[in-house]
Amino acid sequence: MDALVATYSRSALEDEGYSSDEHQELIQAKPSLSLNFVLPPMQNPSAFLRALTDDHANPNCPIKLAHGTTTLAFRFQGGIIVATDSRASAGDWIASQTVKKVIEINNCLLGTMAGGAAPEKDCQYWLAYLGMQCRLHELRHKRRISVAAASKILSNLVYSYKGMGLSMGTMCAGVTPQEGPALYYIDSEGTRLAGNLFCVGSGQTFAYGVLDAEYHYNLTEEEALELGSRSILAATHRDAFSGGFINLYHVKEDGWVKHGFRDTNPIFWKTKLEKGEFSNVTANL
Amino acid sequence: MSSPFAINGGACVAMVGKDCVAIACDLRLGLQSLTVSNNFPKIFSYGDVYLGLTGLATDVSTVSDLFRYKVNMYRLREERQISPQTMANLVSTSLYEKRFGPYFVSPVIAGLNHKTGKPFICGFDSIGCIDFAKDFIVSGTAGDQLFGTCEGLWEPGLEPDDLFETISQALLNAMDRDALSGWGAHVYIIEKDKVTKRLLKGRQD
Repeated sequence: MDALVATYSRSALEDEGYSSDEHQELIQAKPSLSLNFVLPPMQNPSAFLRALTDDHANPNCPIKLAHGTTTLAFRFQGGIIVATDSRASAGDWIASQTVKKVIEINNCLLGTMAGGAAPEKDCQYWLAYLGMQCRLHELRHKRRISVAAASKILSNLVYSYKGMGLSMGTMCAGVTPQEGPALYYIDSEGTRLAGNLFCVGSGQTFAYGVLDAEYHYNLTEEEALELGSRSILAATHRDAFSGGFINLYHVKEDGWVKHGFRDTNPIFWKTKLEKGEFSNVTANL
Repeated sequence: MSSPFAINGGACVAMVGKDCVAIACDLRLGLQSLTVSNNFPKIFSYGDVYLGLTGLATDVSTVSDLFRYKVNMYRLREERQISPQTMANLVSTSLYEKRFGPYFVSPVIAGLNHKTGKPFICGFDSIGCIDFAKDFIVSGTAGDQLFGTCEGLWEPGLEPDDLFETISQALLNAMDRDALSGWGAHVYIIEKDKVTKRLLKGRQD
């Protein structure tokens, strides 16, 4: 009986801090679970990939990768607001206007997709992978993973592929009992930053313009949702590669709430005609 | 993306109807992804002939001014308005003069012949090769998309009102699939003794 108890129970203090296998999980560079990507059979696969896909140095490259996004997230008194546009473009071509750039990792954690070259698939894949790791963590440790730990799994993972052509800029937002509302920015260069306010993507500067002007921590829930939506609207207007729909989320203590996936067109004309903003746009001949 | 034709973005389309023609353009002026202006029309009128110019914005302005000068000189010398056919030859030869250092524009002409009253439309490449068409002419960064929408929507013998609906839908839907054009549009419906200009409120993203 004692042997059985010893096998299946843990000490009272084991939950505190990082356990040894938890630590192992965080520092483990390459994923262990059958993630063996097939690489081009040559000396330098990443250079080969770059020659075919890099649209900065090589505009006539055979594979045009999708780019162009505006995503934002900010912390405030009532939780975290996450908002994105929904456009996917490949060169000048608008490939889709209905992309879901917010990934629901679990009912308390959200991730956003953005990046320079192939963000949609890179982000989708690795955030789904992160979702899996978070669930495994939950099963192993009988409690939900912290946002800090989840974001670190992702940043360590993408860092291990640094220089291989991964391209993503993502934000992880979540609320846990230990941390409260937490927001992290992670990109494929290996950067991982905690902060109150981030915008990522080709429309980030336009979103920052509106967000910085109106942001303060004591925003009400209603004001915060409106600010998130308005910042994305400004970015979709000025940035050719952002547009489509505004995807809005609010992360609260008891999980995230979705506040719609709304077409920018009626919102834009409402903002212009009712509030008198966007006076640069001609509405009459 | 670094092609001079795709730096500023823009789209233009012309269509033939029954005893009428239509020409339409978007209003965007951008610098790659940044939208600089939402009020940059690309259609210019020379008497009763209408010229649409897409491509590099600086050349759009230069070429439109050049033809204002040339058409005014024609009118003074000949003491009559220029016909669409003559205008097409003028545009063609003027562009070919710059064969080895062309203006980065793709012009489109639309008008009714004064004598016959017949609709006339044509398009050009940047060195003046004329593309005569009986149905429609497209140009600009949304050119591929415009071919698709025009092939799908256009039919022969459209009355002015139906032609307006057709060209507007063709342009709006093509622009919605092109990142570099859009942000509103101008549409001209040219009839025998009436020209109607309308503003389309397109998507602003």
